[in-house]
Amino acid sequence: MIPELGHFALILAFLVSMVQGILPLVGAQRNRADWIALARPTTAASFLLVAVSFACLTWSFYVNDFSVEYVAGHSNTQLPTMYRLSAVWGGHEGSLLLWVFMLVGWAAAVAAFSRQLPAAMVARVLAVLGLVTVGLMAFVLLTSNPFDRLLNPPAEGRSLNPLLQDPGLIYHPPLLYMGYVGMAVAYAFAMAALIAGQLDAAWARWSRPWTTVAWVFLTLGIALGSWWAYYELGWGGWWFWDPVENASFMPWLVATALIHSLAVTEKRGGFKNWTVLLAIAAFSLSLLGTFLVRSGVLTSVHAFATDPRRGLFILMLLAVVVGGSLMLFAARAPKVSAGGRFELVSRETFLLVNNVLLVVACGAVLLGTLYPLIVDAFGGGKISVGPPYFNAVFVPIMLPLLLLIAVGPVARWKQADLADMLKNLWPAAVVAVVAGIALPMAAGQWHAYVALALALVGWMVAALVMQTVERLRKPGTPTPSWWGMQLAHFGLAAFVVGVAMVSTYQDERDVRMEPGETVSVGGYTFKFLGVRESRGPNYTADRGTFELLKDGKVERMLHPEKRAYDTSQMPMTEAAIDAGFTRDVYVSLGEALTPDKENGAWAVRVYFKPFVDWIWGGCLLMAIGGLMAASDRRYRVRAKASAAVPAGAVA
Amino acid sequence: MKARHKRFAIIGGGLAAIGIAATLVLNALDSNIAFFVSPSEVAEGKAPQGKIFRIGGFVKEGSIQRDNLTVSFVITDTAKDVKVAYTGILPDLFQEGKGAVAQGRILPDGSFKATEVLAKHDENYMPPEAQHAVDQVQKAQKSLKQ
Repeated sequence: MIPELGHFALILAFLVSMVQGILPLVGAQRNRADWIALARPTTAASFLLVAVSFACLTWSFYVNDFSVEYVAGHSNTQLPTMYRLSAVWGGHEGSLLLWVFMLVGWAAAVAAFSRQLPAAMVARVLAVLGLVTVGLMAFVLLTSNPFDRLLNPPAEGRSLNPLLQDPGLIYHPPLLYMGYVGMAVAYAFAMAALIAGQLDAAWARWSRPWTTVAWVFLTLGIALGSWWAYYELGWGGWWFWDPVENASFMPWLVATALIHSLAVTEKRGGFKNWTVLLAIAAFSLSLLGTFLVRSGVLTSVHAFATDPRRGLFILMLLAVVVGGSLMLFAARAPKVSAGGRFELVSRETFLLVNNVLLVVACGAVLLGTLYPLIVDAFGGGKISVGPPYFNAVFVPIMLPLLLLIAVGPVARWKQADLADMLKNLWPAAVVAVVAGIALPMAAGQWHAYVALALALVGWMVAALVMQTVERLRKPGTPTPSWWGMQLAHFGLAAFVVGVAMVSTYQDERDVRMEPGETVSVGGYTFKFLGVRESRGPNYTADRGTFELLKDGKVERMLHPEKRAYDTSQMPMTEAAIDAGFTRDVYVSLGEALTPDKENGAWAVRVYFKPFVDWIWGGCLLMAIGGLMAASDRRYRVRAKASAAVPAGAVA
Repeated sequence: MKARHKRFAIIGGGLAAIGIAATLVLNALDSNIAFFVSPSEVAEGKAPQGKIFRIGGFVKEGSIQRDNLTVSFVITDTAKDVKVAYTGILPDLFQEGKGAVAQGRILPDGSFKATEVLAKHDENYMPPEAQHAVDQVQKAQKSLKQ
């Protein structure tokens, strides 16, 4: 009964979302307050219905209802309860239901926290979100219903992919989806403003906190995914330029451009058309990401078993979203007033350069990701584009961004004095040169690449510190959004340190080890003590024991594992990591090289990863900075401008 | 500065940036794409010489041999075989009888030296390239029978 209830709730939600997507929109155009007033209740109803539906699926997992095909395929009575619940989004159908749940959640949040906005505007935003919901719900109901029953239910489920039995999976997909789906809110605000023909500073101010919060989730989701790949996949890398990773990274790049361009639109009324295009692009790329992940058109290390029919549906949805939005944009754009004028050297220009660089970087990633598809479609054979391409293209495009980040935030709007700014920045230049020469030498060998990166970091951090000191000297306390910006930029600097250090000074080795043997990387010595069999809740593991020595002293014991899950043929590598502020050391087990597992030789992989945690730490700082910026009080103050439709006037 | 000059400077700067990016992109693409070649095509001598490429198919049953860290195995598209050698630790899901994709180059002795063996996340997943190689063979066999 429960699964049918869930299915029924989802169908009802679909119908309610249709009402939410149509009537308030028409009402806002025709000034009918009664139809406008439908926006909030339908949004709330849709949210509650999807919540019920999601709860039903979760319940089916909790009670091991294997008559539900999706549960039978992704869960098992042996699975620990925590993973049984996170298995709800462990497969295609459930993760799409999560997508929809997040979408209606965002819509409900917009409905709840938009009391200060004009009713017509809220109605349009919620209606656009309703239409997007309709599209995605149709996708779930028509192609990927998680509530499908099996005629002959198995006694035991197939269990969850062992790779996904990890705390990282509990948080990574929901965070990433919150970010993906949050782009729908930025998109809905842009569409609503276009439909109303009111692209103004007020619209940008309303859209900004939502876009920033979505960006925060996206940042955290990507960082967590990267961290998960690092410790769970046992490859020791943190980014592989894999199509699925790129799928989440492209919306992030555009969203980053968007939050910067929204600043210009809000403060100066400029870049309006551009901002709208970015909002459309960010959401379209989120959909494209879903398509790439779900259609299986690309060879990916992240690929799961897929179904082409589903890919086609998302592709059609994408076409409707992109085509529809651009048509609307084409109809409205000529009427949009130009923003305030600005000189060549001004904060506007710096933000424009920021936007161009981020968008070009996104385009390069997009090209690299889709190139195999394009070549294949034109009969050029099957090819793959490797990480060297992305590194060769992406890094040079990002370098000027790091250079300008120190200058942009202090440039004045409209017109800035370049000579004056550079005069104030000379100490930062000195710090940069010193950092570029001294730090790599202190870390080990001097390399041009790491020197350049650290010089840029020195430049950024010195400028940030100087600007902060100067700001604190001035009267008045800086706003939370100013602090947020400083923190996020500082986070970027930390991220660059991590990337530069780990890619230059990391040491990784695959070796054959017998018990008693040692291997050294990065000043640390691993001593292999042997492997013992041990038992987990639903797996048997070969558990290795290593002594980690530094200068002849035992620092700690490390226990990497090779697990064999009861319900699966695939072995699983659990790496053992000793994490630290300036370095990680990492050991994982390969295969046993002799029949005697306990006392014989093993293939062992050892890593020394300097500053690798700075990569995720930097992302965390960026996310916290984003949250601070979004919490700024001025976003919650009632906007006086453009209350075109008097709320409730007709009623 | 006049508005027209300013716009010209901005557009010029934008075009320059895009031009540099396009050059970078095309250069990088040219040197970093790997073609996918099926074992049958390797047998026909269609494999790029001295360039990195990918092969895919099934890992032949009973073909995995280990010599310390060097693993050798045979990738087959059911018609033709290619002997592959790889040094290092293989991904967890690499198994006999399952699909696999390897990237590397052909050595003068005709064997394939892999620098990378692709991992996957799901035991039921077949890399599309490996599937493609096997499908090609089946198609060819069908047309022969007719």
